[in-house]
Amino acid sequence: MEHALETTLTVNGQKLTRRIEPRQHLVDFLREELGLTGSHIGCEHGVCGACTIRVNGEIVRGCLMLAVQADGCSVETIEGLTDSKELAPLQKAFHEHNALQCGFCTPGMLMAAQDLVRAGKRCTRDEIREHISGNYCRCTGYQSIVDAIEETLGQG
Amino acid sequence: MKAPSFAYARAKSLAEAFELIERPGAKVLAGGQSLIPSLNMRLAHPDLLVDINGLRDLKAIELRPAGLRVGALATHAQIEKSELVAKHVPLLAQAVKHVAHPAIRNRGTIGGSLALADPAAEYPACALALNATIVLVNRRGERRVSAEHFFKGLFDTDIRPGELVAAVEFPKVERSVFIELARRHGDYAIIGIAAIADASGKRIAFCGAGATPVLAPNASRAASLDAAQKALEKDLQPPADLYHSSATKMHLAKVLLSRAWNTLSKPH
Repeated sequence: MEHALETTLTVNGQKLTRRIEPRQHLVDFLREELGLTGSHIGCEHGVCGACTIRVNGEIVRGCLMLAVQADGCSVETIEGLTDSKELAPLQKAFHEHNALQCGFCTPGMLMAAQDLVRAGKRCTRDEIREHISGNYCRCTGYQSIVDAIEETLGQG
Repeated sequence: MKAPSFAYARAKSLAEAFELIERPGAKVLAGGQSLIPSLNMRLAHPDLLVDINGLRDLKAIELRPAGLRVGALATHAQIEKSELVAKHVPLLAQAVKHVAHPAIRNRGTIGGSLALADPAAEYPACALALNATIVLVNRRGERRVSAEHFFKGLFDTDIRPGELVAAVEFPKVERSVFIELARRHGDYAIIGIAAIADASGKRIAFCGAGATPVLAPNASRAASLDAAQKALEKDLQPPADLYHSSATKMHLAKVLLSRAWNTLSKPH
């Protein structure tokens, strides 16, 4: 721990302080140090979107932010938004539309999709696709994911 | 992969940033959306990362008499939402929609994109088409470099040791068009075009067409689209990538040129 820095952040509403090595990115910290394994690690270079989380209310790639950069930040993960029931309508729609198969992309997909739900604007299917363009799904072909998001936006 | 070990320091002021970036092996961390992947892939191995995200003064987007000044730490999301950008530099507003994906646009910055100078990226081509001015600062003061002189080679710019990008200044240009072709929305361009028209004529630049963003002076000066497409062969020699030959890219560049030309020629 030659360069470790004391870092204080709030994760899913809980404030905590840890000594963190700068080289550790935020999703590794959440998974390895806090046991929050809901955020997945796919590519680790910002392409796949499986690690999408919320920092200070905005979605970010958890693999493209260092954990030490989260000092003073509020971090929300799939676990937090599931417990608070914020994601319940989207989760129900994903379930009903069969919008997942292996489920690896799903936490990141839900975080990205919830960003649209929160914005509360009407979206065309193309706009929905554009918004989730940074999240890879290799099972569904996206059709059912777009259906589920559309329904949650009240347009289904 | 996992990043190699490095030290990390947060600059709380410009003065502190200048002191930190002069340390051996120091590298500036702005939005990190290109630097952190290259750390994760171990293509970069700095001794010290100097995080400048706390320098709030570098985030502002403001209208000045000469044009629009965009602070280096303005994020893509900030640019996307800015009414000033949409009104005065619509080229940038069109281009930002092609910059990666929402989660990346929330952290990536314009200064970071220009300083990295990826030839496939959108902002460098926009800066060239608009002949923007890049404002560099060091502990002694400010230096202003035109976009034409800023991009020097593959990932190489005119930034000197001890300097930071503070802002980029764009002239107000209403008639403009940005188009790019990519395999997936938000991915790096196979080829892209940034074109403007003002009182002195057209200025057309391409991304994904060389080691740097490339200005197309011959095509820009042409009197007709046909002449411009022919002239483009003197301006561009796009290198092949993994999926596209040089000839394919040249063909696609001409397709984009015709789309951009027709848009700029419409009465407005």
